[in-house]
Amino acid sequence: MSEIMVVAEHRQGEIRPEVLELITAATELKQQKACTVSVVIIAQDPQAYVTGVSMAGVDEVITVTSPTNEFQPDIYKSALFGLIESRNPSLVLIPHSVDGWGYAPALGATGKYGFTTDVFGIKYDGDDLVTTRAAYKEKVCIEQDFPGKDTVVLTVRGGTFKPVEETGSPTVTSFDVPDVTAHSQHQQFIEPEEAGDIDIAQSEFMLSIGRGISEESNVEQFAELAETVGAALGCSRPIADSGWLPKSRQVGQSGKTVGNCKLYIAMGISGSVQHMAGMKHVENIIAVNTDHEASIFHIAKYGIVADIFDIAEELPAHFE
Amino acid sequence: MKILVAIKQIANLDDEFEIRDDGKDVDHDYCDYEINEWDDYSLEEALQIKENNENEGEIVVVTIGPEDAEDELRKCLGKGADRGIRIWDDAIAGSDQFVTAKILAKVVEKENPDMVFIGVMAADHAFAQTGISVAQILGWPHAAVVCNLEYSSGASQAALRRELEGGLEEEATIDCPAVLTIQLGINTPRYASLRGIKQAASKPLDVLTLSDLGLGDDDVGDAGSVSRIRRMFIPEKAHAELIEGTPAEQAARLAEIIKEYTGA
Repeated sequence: MSEIMVVAEHRQGEIRPEVLELITAATELKQQKACTVSVVIIAQDPQAYVTGVSMAGVDEVITVTSPTNEFQPDIYKSALFGLIESRNPSLVLIPHSVDGWGYAPALGATGKYGFTTDVFGIKYDGDDLVTTRAAYKEKVCIEQDFPGKDTVVLTVRGGTFKPVEETGSPTVTSFDVPDVTAHSQHQQFIEPEEAGDIDIAQSEFMLSIGRGISEESNVEQFAELAETVGAALGCSRPIADSGWLPKSRQVGQSGKTVGNCKLYIAMGISGSVQHMAGMKHVENIIAVNTDHEASIFHIAKYGIVADIFDIAEELPAHFE
Repeated sequence: MKILVAIKQIANLDDEFEIRDDGKDVDHDYCDYEINEWDDYSLEEALQIKENNENEGEIVVVTIGPEDAEDELRKCLGKGADRGIRIWDDAIAGSDQFVTAKILAKVVEKENPDMVFIGVMAADHAFAQTGISVAQILGWPHAAVVCNLEYSSGASQAALRRELEGGLEEEATIDCPAVLTIQLGINTPRYASLRGIKQAASKPLDVLTLSDLGLGDDDVGDAGSVSRIRRMFIPEKAHAELIEGTPAEQAARLAEIIKEYTGA
């Protein structure tokens, strides 16, 4: 019977949240094709993570004892290559995460396995595995298959599958990591700087600005606008990269997820995948943008196609 | 000292576009082209390392693409890169990212640089794959999503930071030569000067074919790829309820929604 292998990434002692989503993706495929689901943990003390991935639908947890506790791409790649060569799984699922980007393409290249990234649809069409991902800044989707490949390695977009909640009782086995030279060494983690004044992850009402503000001198106007309407000011990546607002104000994958936000006004933000990862869950999103085709309008509840400066000029009068 | 920077000319879709007759890509008449945003940062990082090395060394920019892609190479030369390489062969069209990586790895072998910088991803297809695949094919050390780099030319190790999720960063050291994928924000990319643009026209730009790199038709296209596009389609997407009217009317409705929420 074929096997689907899920890689259980972890960081700072915690299993990454996407892993439970990948287990759901794997177990859903069981309904289309007879297969077993295994979860691989690569860590200095992999036993510590076994309970966290012993979920419903998982048949086996494979522990791999690594010489380092934190992620190291050469060790991940070698361990998984060893596992694939000895067990010949049909599918290997890896989170489309920063660490995933660090080893999955190397793993794919090592064995010339079928490979693609950032998929949000996985199905079988007969015996053929067919995946779906986006292209051209999310404006189109592409379906891919992997002719002649016995093993396909995929990275899976976060937030696509519902995390498995029910626990299970898989068997636990171990696998020895092959001899490997690690060419990079983890030194330490650097925690994000605190905003000082406000933690946007806690804010219930946000007004965020993006490239549409055009110039640094315009930031002040929107800071005042946010204050006038009672919102916390956030931003997309280009604003933080330019140093116009501190990094602690950045919403998105590499910034903050605004977990408590109920109302989010996006002004001049076109909506990159990375930005939307931090705010697409918000119930009430209002997007203001001149481009009717901007991606942000696909997740917003309300859209205003207009110049953000015109709206910014008109809005304060209603809050006097 | 030599640093190789791989760049990509990316396609942006027009507001109106059509899928090609074979159903596998967009009709490129509906695209306009520009350099991938990440590549500006890769190039800048290389230029700064050279400048900190008393301007000794060579920055080589490489791209895979038809003749039009030379526009982007010339822009890089205008900013200070020393030499350009463009690889093209009609057989490359329709290849996947693994093929891209194989071709770039051949160029790296030929050039033997001290470091290779490649953007974390390209803005059009966002695979986040090429750089790390290149490293693996070469058997070189690699690190993904580098947002800070301390490297002096010819050093056997570099210190770097990787940008992780949620604002967290990882500090690490890596053996060199290495392939690093470069993240936005690692530096502030420069603009080309008028003088630089003039000089770019006379800088060397070599065009290589697959056979120049020792690759054959079986290494590219469907035969050399590890994935295949079955079809491209335009997804059904929800769209926001649009608030129409003049800006004054739109702002008034926005104010109402805010007040409904805040209870003000």
